[in-house]
Amino acid sequence: MKKNSTFWLFFAVLVVAALAAPLAIASTFWIDFLTLTLFLAVLGQGWNILGGYGGQFSFGHAVFFGTGAYLQVILQAKLGFNPWAAIPFAILGGIVIGAFTGFLSFRYGLRGSYFALITLAFAEAFRVLATSADAITDGGQGIYITLNQDPTKALATLQFGAGNGYYYCAVIITVISLLIAFWIENSRFGAQLVAIREDEDAAEAIGVNAFKVKMQAICLSGAITAFGGVFYAQKFLFMDPNIAYGPVKSVEMLVMPIIGGMGTIFGPLVGSFFLHTLGEVSKHAAHELVGDRPGLDLIVYGIALVLILALLPNGLVGLIRRLFRREVSRA
Amino acid sequence: MLEARGITKRFGGLVAVRQADLTANPGEIVALIGPNGAGKTTCFAMLSGFLKPDEGSVHFAGADITGLKPHAICARGMVRTFQIVKPFAHLSVRENIAVGAHARIADRAAALDQAASIAGRVGMSHMLDQQASALTVAGRKRLELARALATEPKLLLLDEVMAGLNASEISGIVEHIKAIRDGGVTIVLIEHVMQAVMSLSDRAYVLNNGAVIATGTPNEIATDPAVIEAYLGHGAAARLATGGVHA
Repeated sequence: MKKNSTFWLFFAVLVVAALAAPLAIASTFWIDFLTLTLFLAVLGQGWNILGGYGGQFSFGHAVFFGTGAYLQVILQAKLGFNPWAAIPFAILGGIVIGAFTGFLSFRYGLRGSYFALITLAFAEAFRVLATSADAITDGGQGIYITLNQDPTKALATLQFGAGNGYYYCAVIITVISLLIAFWIENSRFGAQLVAIREDEDAAEAIGVNAFKVKMQAICLSGAITAFGGVFYAQKFLFMDPNIAYGPVKSVEMLVMPIIGGMGTIFGPLVGSFFLHTLGEVSKHAAHELVGDRPGLDLIVYGIALVLILALLPNGLVGLIRRLFRREVSRA
Repeated sequence: MLEARGITKRFGGLVAVRQADLTANPGEIVALIGPNGAGKTTCFAMLSGFLKPDEGSVHFAGADITGLKPHAICARGMVRTFQIVKPFAHLSVRENIAVGAHARIADRAAALDQAASIAGRVGMSHMLDQQASALTVAGRKRLELARALATEPKLLLLDEVMAGLNASEISGIVEHIKAIRDGGVTIVLIEHVMQAVMSLSDRAYVLNNGAVIATGTPNEIATDPAVIEAYLGHGAAARLATGGVHA
């Protein structure tokens, strides 16, 4: 099919470009920039599966991110797990929390803003829990993974120091998340999930088990987001309740796909690139033009967000598609 | 094939449907008619699992399906359409129908193929790649029918698929419904378009204020005094009989 060949073309170009980037970019600042951009695109993809494809807007996706990250840190710091061995448990944690929150919300038919509110509440509850469960999380002071200073053990400890290791890891998890989104767009599960987003009653009427499909979606979403948490934990080797479960990550996760294009494969990635680039550019521009005025870049950033939300209901991917179609019809 | 016994639904103090008995035999087209607010759509909602009857039971294909979820009832072969159409607005016609096809088919490509062939059966082949939100009312009604058909039902519950259509569109959809019945699907339909009810249905039930007040062939019903009174008001039957109707 034509749509799929377009995907594979973009996908191949992106992978080649991503793998080649460190050869062209010497600056560690920009490699770090790319690493974080990709990392947030993965979190955004986690949100996108439930919110973009499934239409269930979560405002507390940090609950999955934080659980994945915390498990990754705690299993190593407290129980002496090897980082590789911790990963399956961290992802499983995301799935379990997904099943738990999903069951409580969907079983009782919470939709729309009610679902958003309950997810927000879950994240807050976990933040409080992480703060008070001193014995496990070391409370508000946060918990550390022991730093590995032996470069030969980089792969075994999943700690890559200043090299490009983290960048390549980010590329790998981005690729995995894109492939999952591609599978969703080409499977019965995805078709049923999108049908629920469009009209849950109509979907039920023609044989979609809405509860089951939403449960699967929130578990998958939780797994990907927790996987993102694993990456964060390994990169920063630290976790505390505010980073894990605070509203900042929840908001970041939903902004990427909304700006980039909800319910599209590349939406979260495009959104993440755009927002981070915009953030950097406005920071530099503000510095150049008016000197050191903290917060000015955030104003520029905010204005851009409002403009996009107001003018591009289908996000940047929607805009790109529209321009592309116009070019095709002109030719 | 379908048998509802004494189904009742109350909304607070209002009894929307009271002790209704309905049956549909294999291969029949059964019409459910009645004035606005008579409880026809509530009946459908109870048959298809969207509402659980407060009393009574629904049997389908030899099994008690009272209280099952709509998707489970669909899996057993009974599917409804909605009076207020519910297209998946951002999807194409093909993708819309494929969701129905997925009720039986796991493979995506096979479901999309099946969708194209179903579209042909209701005259939508030329609109396959159109977005559902761009369809006319007639197109949306057809899409509603096509999606239900794609689930390969044994029994179709059609809720006013002709409302809002013009005369030529109605005769088109009547032909499609006949063809669907001839393909072995039993049909129960709610309809206000009497021309269609008369030409299509083998039997009809008349519902008024939540109760079944008459049942029989369309001709029997058209001359039933209770039915005439339900539509035209108290005493209308007598005035009609004496030929002196002056509303």
